[in-house]
Amino acid sequence: MNGEFAPVRGRFWTTGVKVMLVFMFAGAIALLARFFGGLGYITNNNDAYPWGLWIGVNVAGGVGLAAGGFTTGAIAYVLNRKQFHLILRPALFTALLGYTFVIMALLTDLGRYWNMYSPMINWNFTSVLFAVAICVMISTTILYIECIPIVAERFIGNVNLPPGLRVFNTIIDRLLKFANNTIDKVMIIVVIVGIVFSCLHQSSLGALMLIAPSKVHPLWYTPILPLLFLMSAIAAAYPVVIFEHLLIEKSLDKKPRMDILTPMARFMPVLMGIYLVLKIGDMVSRETYVYLFDGTAQTNAFLVEVIFGVICPFVLVLFQKVRKSPGWLFFTSCLAIFGILINRINVFIVSYSPPYGGIYYPSIGEIIVTIGFISTLFFVYRLGVTNLPILAVDSEEKAV
Amino acid sequence: MMLSRRNFFKIMGGAGASLATITGNSHAGESAETFDSFGCLVDITRCIGCRKCEVACNAHNKLPHQDFNDMTVLDDYRRPDWEKYTVINRHHGYPVDDVDHNVHIYVKEQCRHCVKPSCASACVVGALTKKKNGPVVYDEKKCIGCRYCMVACPFQIPAYEDHNPVTPRVIKCTFCYDRIEQGKMPACATICPTQAMIFGKRDALLSIAKKRLKNNPGKYIDHIYGEYEVGGTSWLYLSPVEFSFFPELGNKPPPKLTEMILSGVFGYAAAPTSLFAILGAISWINNRKRSITLNEVSGREGEEK
Repeated sequence: MNGEFAPVRGRFWTTGVKVMLVFMFAGAIALLARFFGGLGYITNNNDAYPWGLWIGVNVAGGVGLAAGGFTTGAIAYVLNRKQFHLILRPALFTALLGYTFVIMALLTDLGRYWNMYSPMINWNFTSVLFAVAICVMISTTILYIECIPIVAERFIGNVNLPPGLRVFNTIIDRLLKFANNTIDKVMIIVVIVGIVFSCLHQSSLGALMLIAPSKVHPLWYTPILPLLFLMSAIAAAYPVVIFEHLLIEKSLDKKPRMDILTPMARFMPVLMGIYLVLKIGDMVSRETYVYLFDGTAQTNAFLVEVIFGVICPFVLVLFQKVRKSPGWLFFTSCLAIFGILINRINVFIVSYSPPYGGIYYPSIGEIIVTIGFISTLFFVYRLGVTNLPILAVDSEEKAV
Repeated sequence: MMLSRRNFFKIMGGAGASLATITGNSHAGESAETFDSFGCLVDITRCIGCRKCEVACNAHNKLPHQDFNDMTVLDDYRRPDWEKYTVINRHHGYPVDDVDHNVHIYVKEQCRHCVKPSCASACVVGALTKKKNGPVVYDEKKCIGCRYCMVACPFQIPAYEDHNPVTPRVIKCTFCYDRIEQGKMPACATICPTQAMIFGKRDALLSIAKKRLKNNPGKYIDHIYGEYEVGGTSWLYLSPVEFSFFPELGNKPPPKLTEMILSGVFGYAAAPTSLFAILGAISWINNRKRSITLNEVSGREGEEK
């Protein structure tokens, strides 16, 4: 497959990138405050609301949005649609960054982050969170393995360590070659294992809040919440891939690969439709629609989630015109991404009402850290595609 | 990528087997449901709000110093927090005596030490465990500080040392586990001057409570809070008024559903293994088709070059 992917050449330091740098800096300062002052110093979390923005968006939202890796792996390898191999690398790389940032965000939210290895020794099989933790760890490892070819391709025959370490050049070169060849042989197995563990943790993430039936609003508290989490993650996966693709190609002045994105968008109505049917069916069968128009903040959040985050993108993407136009497709993908994000926020924050009251709003510090993390993710993604063979080379560029 | 069919299955089989061993023993474990365990019966009609139980708790557990003679703290509603395992709250506005006078009641708050505790089921690392003799205890050495126990607790009991940047702990009543192990009573129950709380085996306490309900018609409402709530709690309450100051909870232990889902999904690795097998089969079928098309493609590419 050599020569199909290449680092993108383009102006790196755009205004947007400089703005991101500012956000990253602000986020880093806020994180310093968290690590020196404690969680209570910077977050609005308290004994009534132990989880807030960082769990809802950085962790649960991040995991949901990182589903693009395994789902693209599924169509490229399991369904074996060759055209999607061209988009597999950016999808895998995004997922890898997503999971890496989820783990880093989790570390900032854990009170005893230095004890992170504890779940590997102390197993509690009744804990949903334990299942999530182990499956996320395995999925992340799998993603790193799947991304080996990206690094290997860039450096094989090209290893150039600084003087003093040059003796290792040949060894590392051989190691890379060996790793690359091994991955090539077993890639399909790795992809399938990745799919299995991703499905497991996407669904078990949805089971987390089921431990608190008295605290979660009935609109969201359903025994099929794990299934809804899995389906919504899968439904939002291709929108994420399309979103980042259109964004990076716009920003690096590349032509959007609509020849891949339009066929990919064809999966969207099917997946979103299944999710929508499950979500509405669940509401009807549990008769929770009685809450729908009681005007509370919680039910309004539910309406926003379903109407703008699920129904709108579903209807839009039914039109061929939308699937073929980069602008419309970008807008639709944004809606779908908004939908899953608002769903995770709703499930983990909005639906949660502790028995002894109080209200939780994220603090400025929490918001700054979240924006900082997102900016860093975009920044590293940009660093990646400009230095590693991740994006597919256009056929015209190749000719030049 | 070229895989012979036999190789493909060899690798698939190996990966499937290792998956099965990883997840094989992950079905939900049953925690010991012992009605032989200890508990406490709080009779709200007897509590005079003297805060002596808070004093004893504070001293025995070496909690931060507080002024326990200050009764004005009762003016506000308080929750147990990082420096209090237990608090007494005053609740107003219950016309309960014969001449419809507004009287107030005092209610003690602390961990209920559930028979099937949500916190212990939820904890990632098993830092919270239900002991056979009743207490739910916390082991800070295992804890990673995810605070899922706080999300899980139906009584909003576990508190957190939010101000501690490096070694924050989950704070909650220990039921004086160390004292119970030595055959003593919890500090709060020992000191109570009116015997508003009595310590004993849970089933014995339940029969005492039922006797009080029977022998004093009209004194209590006919409800022992904690007998059935969330599957039963070690701490039981008798009240002269409706338990509107406590959360209204179902009788099913909340961990039942999550543990059922977990054992359904992970039990004997059935679901992951079958998903693995299905995906393997689909990709095997597609792979055969692909090697044919790939050969055609590479043939064409060769011509172009």
